[in-house]
Amino acid sequence: MSKNTIILGIETSCDETSVAVVKNGREVLSNIISSQIESHKRFGGVVPEIASRHHVEQITYIVEEAMAKADIQVEDVDGIAVTEGPGLVGALLVGVNASKALAFAWDKPLIGVHHIAGHIYANHIVEELDFPLLSLVVSGGHTELIYMKEHASYEVIGETRDDAVGEAYDKVARTLGLPYPGGPHIDRLAHEGKPVIDLPRAWLEEGSYDFSFSGLKSAVINTLHNAKQRGEEWSKEEIAASFQASVVDVLVTKAMRAAEDKKVDRLVLAGGVAANKGLRAELTEACGKAGLKLTVPPLELCTDNAAMIASAGTFLYWNGNFADDRLNGQAGLLLK
Amino acid sequence: MNILAVDTASYVMGVALLKDGNPLGEIVTHQKKNHSVRLMPAIRTLFSETDMKPGDLDRIVVSEGPGSYTGVRIGVTTAKTMAWALNIPVIGVSSMEMLAQNARYFQGVISPFFDARRGQVFTGLYRSEGGRIIQEEEDRITMHKDWLQLLKEKEEPVIFLSPDIGQHASLIKEELGEWATAASSIGNLPRPLELAAAGMDKEPGDSPHTFSPNYLRMAEAEAKWLEANKKNKED
Ligand SMILES: [Zn+2]
Repeated sequence: MSKNTIILGIETSCDETSVAVVKNGREVLSNIISSQIESHKRFGGVVPEIASRHHVEQITYIVEEAMAKADIQVEDVDGIAVTEGPGLVGALLVGVNASKALAFAWDKPLIGVHHIAGHIYANHIVEELDFPLLSLVVSGGHTELIYMKEHASYEVIGETRDDAVGEAYDKVARTLGLPYPGGPHIDRLAHEGKPVIDLPRAWLEEGSYDFSFSGLKSAVINTLHNAKQRGEEWSKEEIAASFQASVVDVLVTKAMRAAEDKKVDRLVLAGGVAANKGLRAELTEACGKAGLKLTVPPLELCTDNAAMIASAGTFLYWNGNFADDRLNGQAGLLLK
Repeated sequence: MNILAVDTASYVMGVALLKDGNPLGEIVTHQKKNHSVRLMPAIRTLFSETDMKPGDLDRIVVSEGPGSYTGVRIGVTTAKTMAWALNIPVIGVSSMEMLAQNARYFQGVISPFFDARRGQVFTGLYRSEGGRIIQEEEDRITMHKDWLQLLKEKEEPVIFLSPDIGQHASLIKEELGEWATAASSIGNLPRPLELAAAGMDKEPGDSPHTFSPNYLRMAEAEAKWLEANKKNKED
């Protein structure tokens, strides 16, 4: 038996076809990401059928490239880890069925990984996870606070009741006439403007760790509308800065309160919106004040990638937690 | 030649194995159940029942479409990835050509089809020559009514084969009358051993990497986008 564990990870839950090779859950030997963003841009969002078609065209190329870059042979692979959900079902099915084919052809164990678990484990690649910890997950489809007492154990203590953070960013960006995807544009504009508009913060009931962003999005639209009727105008920079201030305030405040209540010393940021500079800066400052250790993955590990799936899958491999031939893509898979 | 054949283009799910060109076995179901969940268990069962190993294969044959987008993708993804992993060729056979094999001894033309919603069908036209199925009109998506008019002008007997025959039978009778022949209930269902046989003589393409489904139709969003852009240019 080899001392090292080498996992091939596959991720196709949305518009990135990604395959990675990860050693012992932390060492990224390769992490190939083929983005389809250019094909979806003209539609103003990801078109599921087109995403699925691209995945089929790309999948074996990317597996081959990942193995070549990692300089490994089939014999070196200990297991195949794949995102089983949540995500776009047609897109997930390509990764899942390709992984089953590889596992069967090469006689390797198959591991099903939850996409959000993957995002959290992007942090393990940066700096080994220690427990208990709290993870703030923010992406186009997710806004969650997750408590972990040990590896591969997840307790969702707060989640969004309507829009995910990334969704709210995209909607506000559209209102401002910014191109898709809007998140990075708002982040950039926010740094050039001042948060002069007083937008609401949805704190919800006392003690709740849940989030709500649909009201904020409507408030932005109403503010723009009212200003227009009075013949006034806010700059895009001011609107972006005010919107971002509200989002970041709620995220940081809730995360810090949860960290205190749950008595954790470690906070990890996960998901595509973790690339947001405003959020990174505020969270870094708050964690510094509270004496919490914070990890934020670098950009290429924040957005969807297979290295994070291979990393999370490594712990399932070590626990002997394998999937069988009936593994399926599940759009609404819950994190357990 | 040792061949694995995989078909998930319609609600029928079929896998077959050939050893030295001879049938070893097949697993077929005709139920509207999840292909993604059931395909790999069927493949593994068939291999173990026939004492075959993936490494024994010389090629994989798959129905490449037309058909259900998701269904075709499940079969094609499985087939091309397995072929790449085993370093063997993958061969695509039209799901219409596969179905046409069922009428090998019919004197006349063969019209296999799948329902494609809103009065449309995926279809093509084939003929049997000396026991071999050859294509006469290429596969397409079309209004079934228009297709039947085209067939009527041929003034030849036509046999219709389709797992969706039920919902189209009266229209066929109406348009073609005596020219139309109905298949037996079994003849309407695609068979994986026929797929394997049809793929045995075909030349493989460059590599599994470039192999993808033949959808015969753009994604709806893309078609709409092109339409809108054409209009913008004209304005
Ligand atoms: Zn993600």
